Amino acid sequence: MRRPSTPEGCVAKVMISLEHVSKRFQSSSGAAVDDLSIEILEGETVVLVGPSGCGKTTTMKMINRLIEPSDGRIVLDGVDVLKQDPVKLRRRIGYVIQSIGLLPHRSIEQNIATIPDLLGWEPQKTRARVRELAEVLDLDRDLLPRYPSELSGGQRQRVGVARALAADPPVMLMDEPFGAVDPIVRERLQDQFLDIQRRLRKTIVFVTHDIDEAIKMADRIAIMNKGGVIEQFASPEEILRAPANDFVERFVGSERGLKRLALIKVGGIEVEEGPVVPPDASREDARAQMDRFGFDWSSVVDNGELLGWIDRDSLAGATTVRDLEPRPFTAYVTESSSLREALDAIVTSRTNVAVVATEGQRYAGILTLERISKEIVA
Amino acid sequence: MNLAQTVGEPLVRWDWIADHTDDITEKLIEHLQLTGLAVLIGLLISLPLGIYAYRHRRLYTPITAVTGVLYTIPSLALFAFLVPYTGLSTTTAEIGLVSYTLLILIRNIVAGLDGVPADVKEAARGMGYSDRQLLWRVELPLALPVIIGGIRIALVTTIGLVTVTALIGKGGLGYFILIGIRQFFSTASILGAVLSVTLAVVADAMLLLIQRWLTPWSRGRARAT
Repeated sequence: MRRPSTPEGCVAKVMISLEHVSKRFQSSSGAAVDDLSIEILEGETVVLVGPSGCGKTTTMKMINRLIEPSDGRIVLDGVDVLKQDPVKLRRRIGYVIQSIGLLPHRSIEQNIATIPDLLGWEPQKTRARVRELAEVLDLDRDLLPRYPSELSGGQRQRVGVARALAADPPVMLMDEPFGAVDPIVRERLQDQFLDIQRRLRKTIVFVTHDIDEAIKMADRIAIMNKGGVIEQFASPEEILRAPANDFVERFVGSERGLKRLALIKVGGIEVEEGPVVPPDASREDARAQMDRFGFDWSSVVDNGELLGWIDRDSLAGATTVRDLEPRPFTAYVTESSSLREALDAIVTSRTNVAVVATEGQRYAGILTLERISKEIVA
Repeated sequence: MNLAQTVGEPLVRWDWIADHTDDITEKLIEHLQLTGLAVLIGLLISLPLGIYAYRHRRLYTPITAVTGVLYTIPSLALFAFLVPYTGLSTTTAEIGLVSYTLLILIRNIVAGLDGVPADVKEAARGMGYSDRQLLWRVELPLALPVIIGGIRIALVTTIGLVTVTALIGKGGLGYFILIGIRQFFSTASILGAVLSVTLAVVADAMLLLIQRWLTPWSRGRARAT
């Protein structure tokens, strides 16, 4: 297995490794997890995804020993977890579950302070940390003295994440952490968490049954089948581009191409040349520019800055482009937009072209349907 | 009581009550002591048994079966049975009184612990609560409303039962009820009964207030739903 490298170019350290791990429950005949091996690198988010009963939650819970493996070895940060006191082990691992499980008899502040309290932090240090986390997770300070029952579902989820982060654990285990809220709130929570994770670079094991959530959150996805069999363990992009087998392909589902487009940034591909005129171009120059590309409109760009666009018909009453007021683009994409957003801009624009600008409103080029479909086929 | 009325006595002789305030205070305190001690001992026995039964489910049925049998023994018969061994003593009274609290308390302790949401327990364990911390900091606090509910029932029941121990020379306010019956003196009987009932109502209300004070979060939940 090829290991993704860190930005510095060196090979990343293995944070969690499961070696030939099995779990058999007394009640069932087959193994819930059978001879599973996986390595999770420091600072990456690995999403375990699969149908219900594939052993993904069991696998995750063996890492903090809420479930004891029947066989095999689990090494966390160089230490065999089975040789550690499970209570001490768990205090070093952030844990978030779908139903959150906030302590209903303790205030939000006390809930977030749970692990610092267990670790015996100074009250002042704990208070400062709770304030800091409330800020990071965008929780209003007024909420801190309240009880969990007084909060909305989305607020409770954020408290759950804040609580797991409180003692700054290097590793987080998250079991469908955004599963209990409605889709709009879920998407906001996902975005917020991605943003936090970009800064904190925790090692995260994330369990979900939702492939779209997996694609969005993961650095690498492990697609699991019954018995904890890993069918494919790769980056979201690779899984969408080259599913390892029928099971993965079926599980990833339809719209594989569209899902991949969501992962590719406009800045990551080569944009096309389109008609561009400076404000001092004459009517004839502007017409020639449009003719060259077969368009009946052109972007107006002044020293690299995208001003707007003009169309062929309005040129009739002008001697230079400066006589016309360039119309603003209602839809253009930037280099940080995904190809999926660019596709949306293309199909909804009258001209079937998306204009690409840099973050600083500098003109970069255009994207057409042909260009994007080449990217999917490639 | 009918007899007393036929002799021309009023139902309640207030002057008698006024003359016996010291007696009344003494018996009231005795009543409170007998009750308090019984519920306290009952709790000290029930709490470990209840926790044990909650953790080892197989023991729940035998434990409630034994305490259930104790609960069904008529109090008079129990005292009659105990007197040859422990005499006309506080011990005899307390053995009886405590026996009757056990079933109520154990059932409520187990029901309260059962009511603690599974996700709260899982999250707490996942964060690194030891079994003991889980019990004292999560499970028992969350079971408190139901446990105090049990204490209230046990308390009210015991306050009523204490009067019966007057037959073995204890009895707190039961003493007045007993002399009222023996001497056909309605004033004493009514005094004992009314004070005993008042005591039960006041004690029950006080525990309710204590429960609200101890479990402020459960009020929040009531408001939220």
